[in-house]
Amino acid sequence: MAAAEPSTGWVRAAAALLLGCCGTALSSSVQDQAEQFFRSGHTNNWAVLVCTSRFWFNYRHVANTLSVYRSVKRLGIPDSHIVLMLADDMACNPRNPKPATVFSHKNMELNVYGDDVEVDYRSYEVTVENFLRVLTGRIPPSTPRSKRLLSDDRSNILIYMTGHGGNGFLKFQDSEEITNVELADAFEQMWQKRRYNELLFIIDTCQGASMYERFYSPNIMALASSQVGEDSLSHQPDLGIGVHLMDRYTFYVLEFLEEIHPASQTNMNDLFQVCPKSLCVSTPGHRTDLFRRDPQNVLITDFFGSVRKVEITRETISLDRNIAGYESKLPKDELAREPRKYAEQLPVARIIHQKPKQKDWHPPGGFILGLWALIIMVFFKTYGIKHMKHIF
Amino acid sequence: MLALAVPLLLLAAAGRGRAAAAGPGRDALREELLLSPLPAGDVAATFQFRTRWDADLPRGAVSHYRLFPKALGRLVAALGVRELHLALTQGFWRTQAWGQPPLQAPAGAELWVWFQPSVTDVDKAWKELSNILSGIFCASLNFIDATNTVTPTASFKPLGLANGTDHHLLRYAVLPREVVCTENLTPWKKLLPCGSKAGLAVLLKAERLFHSSYHSQAVHIRPICRDASCLAVSWELRQTLTVVFDTFSSGQGKKDWSLFKMFSRTLTDACPLASQSKVYVDISPKNKEKELLEVTPLPTSVYEAIVQGDKRSYAVYDLLSPSLFNTSRSLNVQFKWKRPEDSSEMPIPVLHAQRYVSGYGLQTGEISTLIYNTHPYRAFPVILLETVPWYLRLYVHTLTIITKGKENKPSYIHYQPAQDRRQPHLLEMLIQLPANSVTKISIQFERALLKWTEYPPDPNHGFYVGSSVLSALVPSIIAMKDMDVEESPLFTSLFPSSDGSSYFVRLYTEPLLVNLPTPDFSMPYNVICLTCTVVAVCYGSFYNLLTRTFHVEEPSRGGLAKWLANIIRKFRGVPPL
Repeated sequence: MAAAEPSTGWVRAAAALLLGCCGTALSSSVQDQAEQFFRSGHTNNWAVLVCTSRFWFNYRHVANTLSVYRSVKRLGIPDSHIVLMLADDMACNPRNPKPATVFSHKNMELNVYGDDVEVDYRSYEVTVENFLRVLTGRIPPSTPRSKRLLSDDRSNILIYMTGHGGNGFLKFQDSEEITNVELADAFEQMWQKRRYNELLFIIDTCQGASMYERFYSPNIMALASSQVGEDSLSHQPDLGIGVHLMDRYTFYVLEFLEEIHPASQTNMNDLFQVCPKSLCVSTPGHRTDLFRRDPQNVLITDFFGSVRKVEITRETISLDRNIAGYESKLPKDELAREPRKYAEQLPVARIIHQKPKQKDWHPPGGFILGLWALIIMVFFKTYGIKHMKHIF
Repeated sequence: MLALAVPLLLLAAAGRGRAAAAGPGRDALREELLLSPLPAGDVAATFQFRTRWDADLPRGAVSHYRLFPKALGRLVAALGVRELHLALTQGFWRTQAWGQPPLQAPAGAELWVWFQPSVTDVDKAWKELSNILSGIFCASLNFIDATNTVTPTASFKPLGLANGTDHHLLRYAVLPREVVCTENLTPWKKLLPCGSKAGLAVLLKAERLFHSSYHSQAVHIRPICRDASCLAVSWELRQTLTVVFDTFSSGQGKKDWSLFKMFSRTLTDACPLASQSKVYVDISPKNKEKELLEVTPLPTSVYEAIVQGDKRSYAVYDLLSPSLFNTSRSLNVQFKWKRPEDSSEMPIPVLHAQRYVSGYGLQTGEISTLIYNTHPYRAFPVILLETVPWYLRLYVHTLTIITKGKENKPSYIHYQPAQDRRQPHLLEMLIQLPANSVTKISIQFERALLKWTEYPPDPNHGFYVGSSVLSALVPSIIAMKDMDVEESPLFTSLFPSSDGSSYFVRLYTEPLLVNLPTPDFSMPYNVICLTCTVVAVCYGSFYNLLTRTFHVEEPSRGGLAKWLANIIRKFRGVPPL
């Protein structure tokens, strides 16, 4: 039986090993399923970045928006999926001592404007109406694609707003406001039309928390730089440029985002702690009760980065070498019978003798008609109908 | 290995051959940079990128785009555009100080388009076109609407091939308030076949280009003759960028320039897709003396031509010639002024103009234009086109044109009055300018009060009046020969020339900034507060008086406290309450 024991021992060991493998395989698939539940399930990312302030002394708001734009582009969202609205032009402002630059750090360390920026809504186009139309999708048909938010029900949208605000409103360009009720209704319209999967709303203004108080649509997470009754403060002035360059909250958010790369696993809880009261002076707030998932499981790149589907293939694809055959199929150009010529740039004789085109004749209306009717009536009243034959 | 090498060589040869000649259905790219020194030490750099495509865009179902950008090709085909000219400019070209510009554009955004005769609703196509272009170039061209669009009747004749010129197919609009910055340059660069990665476009860095006195970028699309017989049509796309660098802000006060100093980059190679890639430096001697400039490195050749009526010579660097990059990997063209500073012999341009607004107060004003003809003995006509927004109400009976003290009657005048909130004023005049004279054209206006919702968010900045356009055939000093378009440099072939005795020039005057009477926007709030307070106080008290009922009240007995107090008073011997 000494011979049988090692064989049964071997069989037992093999069985144990097999069971162990099955166990781990099963448990890994269960773990996969559990992870799937915690993942977002979005297929594309959009960003709407709005700066609402005009005038040179609000340089910091434009710098705020551009630093978020820069991070979002760096982490993978392309320009076609970013709607950038800047209410004034700081880079080429005549008061900017360094044209075509917008700096976020003092001593001009970081130029957030860069060389490859596409602003979709500029200066006077940034209005409450345009902003709400972009969000809800009710845009006039001739609007170009780069100005539209073409999101669907599997899109994660990041909305960042900055400017001057108060309790329950945000000021646009010093002439109009958007209230928190309007914003909440716009988000509800977006939810009803299934224009987002999940939405992250960040606002950096004074009393910013009042803007997210009224949200009632699901899957929205909101962050604000200050509570109701507090002011958001600016970070540091640059003596060369002469204005404050950034707001404190966005400055620390930018520093945090500079550490993130497209494959990071940092989650939202770290973003909530990014600016404690000692650094920010105001108390940043956040709201997650409308959000389905736990912020612990939400990656930063779910909103700031983008989904990339990469398929690696090893087979070679040959492009059509038959280009010559294709070109012969192009329609032959019509050759004119006589040579065409260029127009004369200043044909003086023809211009002088140009007759003005007669406008189409419209029958007289309104005042002129009434005047003539009055004159004719008075005439016939005075002189009687029998005189008509003398006139006609 | 030989078997591999032979097809590779064949392919290479075929590739190079293909790039050189443009057969039917083919497109070709030429790029060029012109550096011209200006008086007072400034330098103007003009880039031109020209893609010529031998295809009939509007007709054929073209779907294969190679060098010609697809966005613009589809635009031309879909909207029935015959010619398109869009210019975005920051700054103003000072003709008096800098001389005649090769190609000028007004401050802000300017768009003028000729449509094909087959387009039935030109206004609708115009609106769609401006919206699509605002998306492509990130500019607020969607603000172009009926209140700032005009239809000129004598200016802006087509620059390309034209069958007839029915001016109803032309639309012109200018947005003087438009800002030009990197976001307009980025999509412009993306339309170039090589992008900004190879060829001359590597020099286009926004930080240097916008730190300048004048920056203008333009896109021109027009049909041209395919060859000398002109029986077939090709489409041409020209992208031009003109920038003027100032001696003091970019040059640190010294009058020597180099590509590196201007653009902080040097040229390393030509665009591989270009059939021609050249740099021209204007070394024309002024006042017939020895040369003005000293140019290093040695140019590939020297080109002489008559440009804008005057004999000019250029040092040419051909980036496609193999000898250029023999000695060094990069080309940094440097030039220095030879003679010391001599400002007495600044050449005065033959035609230049100035415009200003005068008057006081916020009720009336006067717009005056001064046109100078400095030619010693030749007179020539000029067409002046003025577009004034509707809120400045022009009084045409105050229009006066005075030359040398006498009144000058225009040979042709077309005035289209404005309609409030619908159409701007259009004034077009053909004026004869006598030799060596100054012509002053002045017209008075009255300012309108806008509705309070029509004011922009910063109304105290003022309102802009777009530049007026002067088109003239200026007599040339030396007669110009007819040149073959394909052989001559690009900066000579933008305007089609009819005869050599004069050259066509289009100048723009300054835009004007006018203050309109601006209300105090806090007044509605103040009025509401005051009215409500007054109403509350007066009416409220009146209402109370009327509706309050009065009844007599019994004096109260006092109660427990009074009884206790009375007991204490009895003890003290004082009379009770």
